[in-house]
Amino acid sequence: MARRVVITGMGAVSSLGMSARATMDGMAAGRSGISALKFQDVERLQIRIGGQIHGYNEAAHFSRQELSFYDRFTQFAVLAAREAVAQAGAGLAGPKSGVVLGTSGGGLQTQDENFRKVYEDGKNRVHPFVVPRLMNNAAASHLSMLHGITGPSYTVSTACASSNHAMGQAFHMIRAGMADTMLTGGSESMLCFGGIKAWEGLRVMSKTGCRPFSANRDGMVQGEGAAVFVFEALDVAQARGAEILAEVAGFAMTSDASDIVMPNQSGAERAMQGALNDAGLGPEDIGYINAHGTGTAGNDSTECAAIMEVFSGNPPPISSTKSMHGHLIGGTGAVELLACIMALREGILAPTINHDQPDPACSLNVVANVAQEAQPRATLSNAFAFGGLNAVLALRLAP
Amino acid sequence: MAENVATKVREIIAEQAMVEPCEVALDATLESLGVDSLGLVETVFAIEEAFDVHVPFNANDPESKSFDISSVASIVKAVEALIAEAK
Repeated sequence: MARRVVITGMGAVSSLGMSARATMDGMAAGRSGISALKFQDVERLQIRIGGQIHGYNEAAHFSRQELSFYDRFTQFAVLAAREAVAQAGAGLAGPKSGVVLGTSGGGLQTQDENFRKVYEDGKNRVHPFVVPRLMNNAAASHLSMLHGITGPSYTVSTACASSNHAMGQAFHMIRAGMADTMLTGGSESMLCFGGIKAWEGLRVMSKTGCRPFSANRDGMVQGEGAAVFVFEALDVAQARGAEILAEVAGFAMTSDASDIVMPNQSGAERAMQGALNDAGLGPEDIGYINAHGTGTAGNDSTECAAIMEVFSGNPPPISSTKSMHGHLIGGTGAVELLACIMALREGILAPTINHDQPDPACSLNVVANVAQEAQPRATLSNAFAFGGLNAVLALRLAP
Repeated sequence: MAENVATKVREIIAEQAMVEPCEVALDATLESLGVDSLGLVETVFAIEEAFDVHVPFNANDPESKSFDISSVASIVKAVEALIAEAK
Protein backbone atom coordinates (compact mmCIF):
# COMPACT_ATOMS: atom_id res chain seq x y z
CA MET A 1 0.00 0.00 0.00
CA ALA A 2 1.20 3.52 -0.88
CA ARG A 3 2.57 5.55 2.00
CA ARG A 4 0.46 8.38 3.34
CA VAL A 5 2.00 11.87 3.41
CA VAL A 6 1.50 14.58 6.00
CA ILE A 7 2.64 18.16 6.64
CA THR A 8 4.63 18.68 9.85
CA GLY A 9 6.09 22.15 9.35
CA MET A 10 5.30 25.39 7.57
CA GLY A 11 7.03 28.70 7.08
CA ALA A 12 6.37 31.78 4.98
CA VAL A 13 7.27 35.33 4.16
CA SER A 14 4.80 37.53 2.30
CA SER A 15 3.51 41.07 2.17
CA LEU A 16 1.04 39.98 4.87
CA GLY A 17 3.79 39.07 7.34
CA MET A 18 7.20 37.54 7.89
CA SER A 19 6.06 34.10 9.11
CA ALA A 20 3.40 31.51 8.36
CA ARG A 21 1.50 32.65 11.44
CA ALA A 22 1.64 36.33 10.46
CA THR A 23 0.60 35.51 6.89
CA MET A 24 -2.38 33.42 8.07
CA ASP A 25 -3.35 36.11 10.59
CA GLY A 26 -3.32 38.64 7.76
CA MET A 27 -5.52 36.36 5.67
CA ALA A 28 -7.93 35.77 8.55
CA ALA A 29 -8.19 39.52 9.16
CA GLY A 30 -8.81 40.21 5.47
CA ARG A 31 -5.85 42.57 5.41
CA SER A 32 -4.44 43.91 2.14
CA GLY A 33 -0.72 43.54 1.54
CA ILE A 34 -0.95 45.50 -1.72
CA SER A 35 0.76 48.89 -1.74
CA ALA A 36 2.72 51.29 -3.93
CA LEU A 37 5.77 49.56 -5.42
CA LYS A 38 9.16 50.94 -4.45
CA PHE A 39 12.22 50.23 -6.59
CA GLN A 40 14.48 51.93 -9.10
CA ASP A 41 12.71 53.30 -12.23
CA VAL A 42 9.20 52.52 -10.92
CA GLU A 43 8.13 55.91 -12.31
CA ARG A 44 8.66 54.53 -15.83
CA LEU A 45 6.00 51.87 -15.28
CA GLN A 46 2.26 52.00 -15.91
CA ILE A 47 1.69 49.42 -13.15
CA ARG A 48 2.87 50.71 -9.79
CA ILE A 49 1.17 48.53 -7.16
CA GLY A 50 2.03 45.10 -5.81
CA GLY A 51 2.27 42.84 -2.79
CA GLN A 52 5.80 44.00 -2.05
CA ILE A 53 7.53 43.21 1.25
CA HIS A 54 8.50 46.62 2.64
CA GLY A 55 10.87 47.30 5.51
CA TYR A 56 12.77 44.07 4.91
CA ASN A 57 16.44 44.31 5.87
CA GLU A 58 18.38 41.43 4.34
CA ALA A 59 21.43 42.18 6.50
CA ALA A 60 19.36 41.43 9.60
CA HIS A 61 18.92 37.82 8.44
CA PHE A 62 22.06 36.93 6.48
CA SER A 63 25.82 37.45 6.54
CA ARG A 64 27.63 39.38 3.83
CA GLN A 65 29.04 36.15 2.45
CA GLU A 66 25.58 34.57 2.27
CA LEU A 67 24.11 37.63 0.59
CA SER A 68 26.69 37.45 -2.17
CA PHE A 69 25.03 34.16 -3.15
CA TYR A 70 21.38 34.81 -2.20
CA ASP A 71 19.09 36.60 -4.61
CA ARG A 72 15.95 37.93 -2.91
CA PHE A 73 13.96 34.83 -3.99
CA THR A 74 16.58 32.59 -2.32
CA GLN A 75 16.51 34.71 0.84
CA PHE A 76 12.74 34.30 1.09
CA ALA A 77 12.98 30.53 0.59
CA VAL A 78 15.71 30.19 3.22
CA LEU A 79 13.70 32.18 5.78
CA ALA A 80 10.53 30.20 5.11
CA ALA A 81 12.39 26.88 5.31
CA ARG A 82 14.09 27.88 8.55
CA GLU A 83 10.68 28.41 10.14
CA ALA A 84 9.19 25.21 8.71
CA VAL A 85 12.11 23.04 9.82
CA ALA A 86 12.08 24.52 13.32
CA GLN A 87 8.38 23.76 13.65
CA ALA A 88 8.67 20.21 12.31
CA GLY A 89 11.59 19.39 14.56
CA ALA A 90 12.55 16.68 12.08
CA GLY A 91 16.13 15.75 11.34
CA LEU A 92 16.43 16.37 7.61
CA ALA A 93 20.10 15.56 7.12
CA GLY A 94 20.84 12.55 4.97
CA PRO A 95 19.80 10.78 1.79
CA LYS A 96 16.18 10.09 2.81
CA SER A 97 15.32 13.78 2.47
CA GLY A 98 14.99 16.02 -0.59
CA VAL A 99 13.95 19.48 -1.74
CA VAL A 100 11.52 20.40 -4.53
CA LEU A 101 10.79 24.08 -4.90
CA GLY A 102 8.78 26.04 -7.45
CA THR A 103 9.82 29.36 -8.97
CA SER A 104 9.14 31.08 -12.24
CA GLY A 105 11.53 34.04 -12.34
CA GLY A 106 14.26 32.60 -10.14
CA GLY A 107 16.96 35.21 -9.61
CA LEU A 108 15.29 37.75 -11.85
CA GLN A 109 16.30 40.67 -9.63
CA THR A 110 19.95 39.66 -9.97
CA GLN A 111 19.55 39.58 -13.76
CA ASP A 112 17.75 42.91 -13.81
CA GLU A 113 20.39 44.58 -11.64
CA ASN A 114 23.30 43.26 -13.67
CA PHE A 115 21.72 43.90 -17.08
CA ARG A 116 21.28 47.50 -15.94
CA LYS A 117 24.96 47.65 -15.01
CA VAL A 118 26.25 46.35 -18.33
CA TYR A 119 23.69 47.84 -20.74
CA GLU A 120 22.65 51.10 -19.12
CA ASP A 121 25.64 52.01 -16.99
CA GLY A 122 28.09 50.68 -19.56
CA LYS A 123 30.08 48.63 -17.07
CA ASN A 124 32.24 45.88 -18.43
CA ARG A 125 32.36 43.75 -15.32
CA VAL A 126 29.77 42.14 -13.03
CA HIS A 127 30.08 40.42 -9.69
CA PRO A 128 31.67 36.95 -10.03
CA PHE A 129 28.68 35.19 -8.43
CA VAL A 130 25.95 36.46 -10.75
CA VAL A 131 25.35 33.02 -12.22
CA PRO A 132 25.03 31.03 -8.97
CA ARG A 133 22.82 33.85 -7.66
CA LEU A 134 20.40 34.00 -10.57
CA MET A 135 19.98 30.31 -11.37
CA ASN A 136 16.47 28.96 -10.80
CA ASN A 137 17.72 26.10 -8.63
CA ALA A 138 19.71 28.38 -6.30
CA ALA A 139 17.07 28.34 -3.57
CA ALA A 140 16.63 24.54 -3.67
CA SER A 141 20.40 24.06 -3.61
CA HIS A 142 20.89 26.36 -0.63
CA LEU A 143 18.14 24.55 1.29
CA SER A 144 19.86 21.24 0.65
CA MET A 145 23.21 22.64 1.85
CA LEU A 146 21.81 24.44 4.90
CA HIS A 147 19.91 21.38 6.11
CA GLY A 148 22.32 18.64 5.02
CA ILE A 149 19.77 17.15 2.65
CA THR A 150 21.50 14.67 0.32
CA GLY A 151 18.55 12.99 -1.41
CA PRO A 152 16.79 14.21 -4.60
CA SER A 153 16.54 18.01 -4.95
CA TYR A 154 15.42 20.15 -7.87
CA THR A 155 13.35 23.09 -9.02
CA VAL A 156 10.10 23.06 -10.94
CA SER A 157 9.22 25.97 -13.19
CA THR A 158 5.70 26.03 -14.57
CA ALA A 159 4.81 29.73 -14.27
CA CYS A 160 1.85 30.25 -11.93
CA ALA A 161 1.57 26.53 -11.13
CA SER A 162 5.25 26.04 -10.17
CA SER A 163 4.65 25.63 -6.42
CA ASN A 164 1.72 23.28 -6.81
CA HIS A 165 3.67 21.15 -9.25
CA ALA A 166 6.63 21.17 -6.84
CA MET A 167 4.52 20.14 -3.85
CA GLY A 168 2.80 17.48 -5.94
CA GLN A 169 6.21 16.07 -6.85
CA ALA A 170 7.32 16.07 -3.21
CA PHE A 171 4.10 14.24 -2.31
CA HIS A 172 4.65 11.67 -5.04
CA MET A 173 8.26 11.06 -4.03
CA ILE A 174 7.35 10.25 -0.44
CA ARG A 175 4.35 8.19 -1.52
CA ALA A 176 6.58 6.20 -3.86
CA GLY A 177 9.16 5.55 -1.13
CA MET A 178 11.89 7.66 -2.77
CA ALA A 179 12.15 9.88 0.32
CA ASP A 180 10.86 10.07 3.90
CA THR A 181 10.90 13.84 4.23
CA MET A 182 10.76 16.65 1.70
CA LEU A 183 11.17 20.40 1.96
CA THR A 184 8.79 21.82 -0.62
CA GLY A 185 6.90 24.93 -1.65
CA GLY A 186 7.99 27.90 -3.71
CA SER A 187 9.49 31.34 -3.83
CA GLU A 188 9.26 34.36 -6.11
CA SER A 189 10.51 37.91 -6.28
CA MET A 190 9.85 39.57 -9.62
CA LEU A 191 9.03 43.01 -8.28
CA CYS A 192 11.68 44.97 -10.12
CA PHE A 193 11.61 47.24 -13.18
CA GLY A 194 12.28 44.53 -15.78
CA GLY A 195 9.94 42.05 -14.13
CA ILE A 196 6.93 44.36 -14.08
CA LYS A 197 7.77 45.96 -17.44
CA ALA A 198 7.47 42.55 -19.10
CA TRP A 199 4.17 41.81 -17.36
CA GLU A 200 2.54 45.14 -18.14
CA GLY A 201 3.06 44.47 -21.84
CA LEU A 202 0.51 41.68 -21.66
CA ARG A 203 -2.16 44.19 -20.61
CA VAL A 204 -3.59 41.91 -17.94
CA MET A 205 -2.37 43.81 -14.86
CA SER A 206 -4.55 46.08 -12.76
CA LYS A 207 -3.48 49.60 -11.87
CA THR A 208 -5.93 49.79 -9.00
CA GLY A 209 -6.20 46.48 -7.08
CA CYS A 210 -6.86 42.76 -7.18
CA ARG A 211 -10.60 42.02 -7.12
CA PRO A 212 -11.12 38.32 -7.90
CA PHE A 213 -14.67 37.24 -8.85
CA SER A 214 -15.92 40.82 -8.49
CA ALA A 215 -17.73 42.29 -11.50
CA ASN A 216 -15.40 45.33 -11.41
CA ARG A 217 -12.16 43.30 -11.52
CA ASP A 218 -9.66 44.58 -14.05
CA GLY A 219 -6.61 42.38 -13.76
CA MET A 220 -3.96 40.79 -11.63
CA VAL A 221 -1.58 42.33 -9.11
CA GLN A 222 1.80 40.73 -8.45
CA GLY A 223 3.20 39.82 -5.06
CA GLU A 224 6.45 38.40 -3.74
CA GLY A 225 7.50 36.01 -1.00
CA ALA A 226 7.76 32.31 -0.28
CA ALA A 227 6.24 29.44 1.63
CA VAL A 228 8.03 26.21 2.45
CA PHE A 229 6.60 23.08 4.08
CA VAL A 230 7.96 19.90 5.58
CA PHE A 231 6.19 16.98 3.93
CA GLU A 232 6.79 13.70 5.76
CA ALA A 233 5.71 10.08 5.50
CA LEU A 234 2.89 9.50 7.99
CA ASP A 235 4.63 6.48 9.54
CA VAL A 236 7.84 8.45 10.07
CA ALA A 237 6.00 11.43 11.57
CA GLN A 238 3.99 9.20 13.89
CA ALA A 239 7.05 7.23 14.97
CA ARG A 240 8.74 10.41 16.20
CA GLY A 241 5.54 11.81 17.73
CA ALA A 242 5.45 14.85 15.45
CA GLU A 243 2.53 17.26 15.42
CA ILE A 244 0.69 16.78 12.13
CA LEU A 245 -0.75 19.91 10.53
CA ALA A 246 -2.69 18.23 7.70
CA GLU A 247 -2.56 15.28 5.36
CA VAL A 248 -1.67 15.69 1.69
CA ALA A 249 -4.50 13.57 0.34
CA GLY A 250 -4.23 13.86 -3.42
CA PHE A 251 -2.72 15.64 -6.38
CA ALA A 252 -3.38 15.87 -10.09
CA MET A 253 -1.94 17.74 -13.04
CA THR A 254 -3.27 18.26 -16.55
CA SER A 255 -2.38 20.23 -19.68
CA ASP A 256 -4.86 22.29 -21.68
CA ALA A 257 -3.06 21.76 -25.00
CA SER A 258 -4.95 24.75 -26.34
CA ASP A 259 -3.59 28.28 -25.81
CA ILE A 260 -0.38 29.78 -24.40
CA VAL A 261 -2.21 32.32 -22.23
CA MET A 262 -5.98 31.79 -22.29
CA PRO A 263 -7.18 29.20 -19.76
CA ASN A 264 -9.28 26.23 -20.73
CA GLN A 265 -12.24 25.00 -18.70
CA SER A 266 -11.73 21.32 -19.44
CA GLY A 267 -8.09 21.36 -18.28
CA ALA A 268 -9.10 22.94 -14.97
CA GLU A 269 -11.99 20.51 -14.49
CA ARG A 270 -9.85 17.48 -15.17
CA ALA A 271 -7.21 18.68 -12.69
CA MET A 272 -9.74 19.20 -9.88
CA GLN A 273 -11.52 15.92 -10.60
CA GLY A 274 -8.16 14.16 -10.78
CA ALA A 275 -7.10 15.47 -7.37
CA LEU A 276 -10.41 14.28 -5.88
CA ASN A 277 -9.99 10.85 -7.46
CA ASP A 278 -6.39 10.59 -6.29
CA ALA A 279 -7.45 11.46 -2.73
CA GLY A 280 -10.41 9.08 -2.80
CA LEU A 281 -12.69 12.03 -2.04
CA GLY A 282 -16.00 13.08 -3.57
CA PRO A 283 -17.01 16.69 -4.29
CA GLU A 284 -19.24 16.60 -1.19
CA ASP A 285 -16.17 16.00 1.01
CA ILE A 286 -14.53 19.31 0.06
CA GLY A 287 -15.34 22.11 2.48
CA TYR A 288 -13.19 24.89 1.02
CA ILE A 289 -11.47 25.71 -2.26
CA ASN A 290 -8.55 28.09 -2.50
CA ALA A 291 -9.08 29.27 -6.06
CA HIS A 292 -6.45 30.32 -8.55
CA GLY A 293 -8.59 33.51 -8.74
CA THR A 294 -6.19 35.95 -10.39
CA GLY A 295 -8.71 38.74 -10.87
CA THR A 296 -8.38 38.67 -14.65
CA ALA A 297 -11.39 38.47 -16.92
CA GLY A 298 -10.14 35.24 -18.47
CA ASN A 299 -9.18 33.19 -15.44
CA ASP A 300 -12.00 33.90 -13.04
CA SER A 301 -14.98 33.15 -15.29
CA THR A 302 -13.32 30.00 -16.68
CA GLU A 303 -12.31 28.74 -13.24
CA CYS A 304 -15.81 29.35 -11.90
CA ALA A 305 -17.41 27.45 -14.79
CA ALA A 306 -15.01 24.56 -14.16
CA ILE A 307 -15.81 24.50 -10.43
CA MET A 308 -19.56 24.56 -11.12
CA GLU A 309 -19.13 21.54 -13.39
CA VAL A 310 -16.98 19.48 -10.99
CA PHE A 311 -19.21 20.33 -8.02
CA SER A 312 -22.47 19.82 -9.99
CA GLY A 313 -23.65 23.38 -9.38
CA ASN A 314 -23.20 23.15 -5.60
CA PRO A 315 -19.65 24.27 -4.80
CA PRO A 316 -18.26 24.70 -1.27
CA PRO A 317 -17.05 28.11 -0.04
CA ILE A 318 -14.25 29.46 -2.21
CA SER A 319 -11.80 32.33 -1.93
CA SER A 320 -8.83 33.86 -3.68
CA THR A 321 -6.28 35.09 -1.17
CA LYS A 322 -4.42 36.75 -4.07
CA SER A 323 -6.71 39.67 -3.31
CA MET A 324 -4.56 40.19 -0.18
CA HIS A 325 -0.99 39.01 -0.95
CA GLY A 326 -1.05 39.42 -4.72
CA HIS A 327 -0.05 36.83 -7.28
CA LEU A 328 3.29 35.32 -6.28
CA ILE A 329 3.54 33.57 -9.69
CA GLY A 330 5.89 30.61 -9.06
CA GLY A 331 5.48 30.93 -5.28
CA THR A 332 1.77 31.48 -5.18
CA GLY A 333 0.47 27.94 -4.63
CA ALA A 334 2.74 27.54 -1.61
CA VAL A 335 1.54 30.69 0.16
CA GLU A 336 -2.05 29.79 -0.73
CA LEU A 337 -1.70 26.32 0.79
CA LEU A 338 -1.52 28.15 4.13
CA ALA A 339 -5.16 29.17 3.65
CA CYS A 340 -6.11 25.50 3.26
CA ILE A 341 -4.15 24.50 6.38
CA MET A 342 -5.76 27.36 8.34
CA ALA A 343 -9.21 26.21 7.18
CA LEU A 344 -8.57 22.63 8.30
CA ARG A 345 -6.78 23.34 11.59
CA GLU A 346 -8.43 26.51 12.78
CA GLY A 347 -11.83 26.45 11.10
CA ILE A 348 -11.24 29.84 9.46
CA LEU A 349 -11.95 30.36 5.78
CA ALA A 350 -9.82 33.22 4.43
CA PRO A 351 -11.82 35.82 2.51
CA THR A 352 -11.60 37.26 -0.98
CA ILE A 353 -11.23 40.94 -0.21
CA ASN A 354 -12.23 43.74 -2.62
CA HIS A 355 -15.32 41.74 -3.55
CA ASP A 356 -17.36 44.80 -4.44
CA GLN A 357 -19.94 43.56 -6.92
CA PRO A 358 -21.17 40.01 -7.58
CA ASP A 359 -20.51 38.88 -11.15
CA PRO A 360 -23.08 36.57 -12.77
CA ALA A 361 -20.16 34.87 -14.57
CA CYS A 362 -18.66 34.00 -11.16
CA SER A 363 -21.75 33.05 -9.18
CA LEU A 364 -19.92 30.86 -6.71
CA ASN A 365 -20.10 30.60 -2.96
CA VAL A 366 -17.42 33.30 -2.55
CA VAL A 367 -16.17 34.02 0.97
CA ALA A 368 -16.55 37.75 0.41
CA ASN A 369 -14.50 40.39 2.25
CA VAL A 370 -14.57 38.85 5.74
CA ALA A 371 -13.41 35.44 6.94
CA GLN A 372 -15.99 32.77 7.74
CA GLU A 373 -15.99 30.01 10.32
CA ALA A 374 -16.45 26.46 9.07
CA GLN A 375 -15.13 22.99 9.79
CA PRO A 376 -13.97 21.61 6.45
CA ARG A 377 -12.66 18.05 6.49
CA ALA A 378 -10.86 18.46 3.17
CA THR A 379 -9.82 21.28 0.84
CA LEU A 380 -8.61 21.88 -2.71
CA SER A 381 -5.97 24.37 -3.84
CA ASN A 382 -5.98 25.32 -7.53
CA ALA A 383 -3.16 26.59 -9.73
CA PHE A 384 -3.63 27.13 -13.47
CA ALA A 385 -0.55 28.40 -15.28
CA PHE A 386 0.13 30.30 -18.47
CA GLY A 387 0.94 27.62 -20.98
CA GLY A 388 -2.14 25.68 -19.91
CA LEU A 389 -0.46 23.65 -17.17
CA ASN A 390 -2.76 22.89 -14.23
CA ALA A 391 -1.96 21.47 -10.79
CA VAL A 392 -4.43 20.87 -7.96
CA LEU A 393 -3.66 19.66 -4.43
CA ALA A 394 -6.17 18.11 -2.03
CA LEU A 395 -5.54 18.31 1.73
CA ARG A 396 -7.40 16.47 4.47
CA LEU A 397 -7.60 16.86 8.25
CA ALA A 398 -4.64 15.36 10.10
CA PRO A 399 -5.29 11.66 10.75
CA MET B 1 -1.74 63.81 -40.87
CA ALA B 2 -5.23 62.30 -40.45
CA GLU B 3 -4.80 60.26 -43.60
CA ASN B 4 -1.37 59.13 -42.51
CA VAL B 5 -2.72 57.87 -39.20
CA ALA B 6 -5.40 55.83 -40.95
CA THR B 7 -2.87 54.43 -43.41
CA LYS B 8 -0.45 53.42 -40.66
CA VAL B 9 -3.16 51.91 -38.43
CA ARG B 10 -4.45 49.87 -41.39
CA GLU B 11 -0.91 48.65 -42.08
CA ILE B 12 -0.51 47.58 -38.47
CA ILE B 13 -3.82 45.72 -38.41
CA ALA B 14 -3.11 44.18 -41.81
CA GLU B 15 0.11 42.71 -40.47
CA GLN B 16 -1.73 41.08 -37.56
CA ALA B 17 -4.54 39.87 -39.83
CA MET B 18 -2.03 38.64 -42.41
CA VAL B 19 -3.77 40.48 -45.27
CA GLU B 20 -2.88 43.42 -47.54
CA PRO B 21 -3.53 46.91 -46.05
CA CYS B 22 -5.99 47.62 -48.86
CA GLU B 23 -8.12 44.73 -47.57
CA VAL B 24 -8.54 46.40 -44.18
CA ALA B 25 -11.78 48.36 -44.65
CA LEU B 26 -12.45 51.22 -42.24
CA ASP B 27 -15.79 49.73 -41.24
CA ALA B 28 -14.30 46.27 -40.59
CA THR B 29 -14.03 44.87 -37.06
CA LEU B 30 -10.93 43.16 -35.74
CA GLU B 31 -12.97 40.02 -35.28
CA SER B 32 -14.09 40.01 -38.92
CA LEU B 33 -10.42 40.36 -39.91
CA GLY B 34 -9.51 37.38 -37.75
CA VAL B 35 -7.45 39.31 -35.17
CA ASP B 36 -7.78 37.50 -31.83
CA SER B 37 -7.08 38.76 -28.31
CA LEU B 38 -3.32 38.21 -28.58
CA GLY B 39 -3.30 39.90 -31.99
CA LEU B 40 -5.11 42.80 -30.38
CA VAL B 41 -2.46 43.17 -27.67
CA GLU B 42 0.23 43.14 -30.37
CA THR B 43 -1.73 45.70 -32.39
CA VAL B 44 -1.89 48.02 -29.38
CA PHE B 45 1.85 47.61 -28.85
CA ALA B 46 2.57 48.38 -32.53
CA ILE B 47 0.39 51.50 -32.37
CA GLU B 48 2.24 52.73 -29.28
CA GLU B 49 5.59 52.17 -30.98
CA ALA B 50 4.51 53.80 -34.27
CA PHE B 51 2.93 56.95 -32.80
CA ASP B 52 4.84 57.22 -29.50
CA VAL B 53 1.65 57.31 -27.44
CA HIS B 54 0.36 55.33 -24.48
CA VAL B 55 -2.82 53.42 -25.35
CA PRO B 56 -5.11 52.99 -22.32
CA PHE B 57 -6.07 49.42 -23.11
CA ASN B 58 -6.65 46.65 -20.54
CA ALA B 59 -7.28 43.16 -21.93
CA ASN B 60 -9.55 42.48 -18.96
CA ASP B 61 -11.94 45.13 -20.19
CA PRO B 62 -11.72 45.29 -23.99
CA GLU B 63 -15.17 46.93 -24.26
CA SER B 64 -13.97 49.93 -22.27
CA LYS B 65 -14.76 53.31 -23.77
CA SER B 66 -11.26 54.58 -22.94
CA PHE B 67 -9.98 53.08 -26.22
CA ASP B 68 -12.72 52.16 -28.67
CA ILE B 69 -11.74 49.07 -30.67
CA SER B 70 -15.17 48.35 -32.15
CA SER B 71 -13.98 49.00 -35.74
CA VAL B 72 -10.90 50.01 -37.72
CA ALA B 73 -12.37 53.53 -38.02
CA SER B 74 -12.92 53.79 -34.26
CA ILE B 75 -9.33 52.74 -33.62
CA VAL B 76 -8.06 55.38 -36.07
CA LYS B 77 -10.20 57.99 -34.32
CA ALA B 78 -8.94 56.93 -30.89
CA VAL B 79 -5.31 57.05 -32.06
CA GLU B 80 -5.84 60.53 -33.52
CA ALA B 81 -7.23 61.67 -30.19
CA LEU B 82 -4.21 60.23 -28.35
CA ILE B 83 -1.82 62.01 -30.73
CA ALA B 84 -3.68 65.30 -30.22
CA GLU B 85 -3.56 64.77 -26.45
CA ALA B 86 0.17 64.10 -26.52
CA LYS B 87 0.86 67.41 -28.30
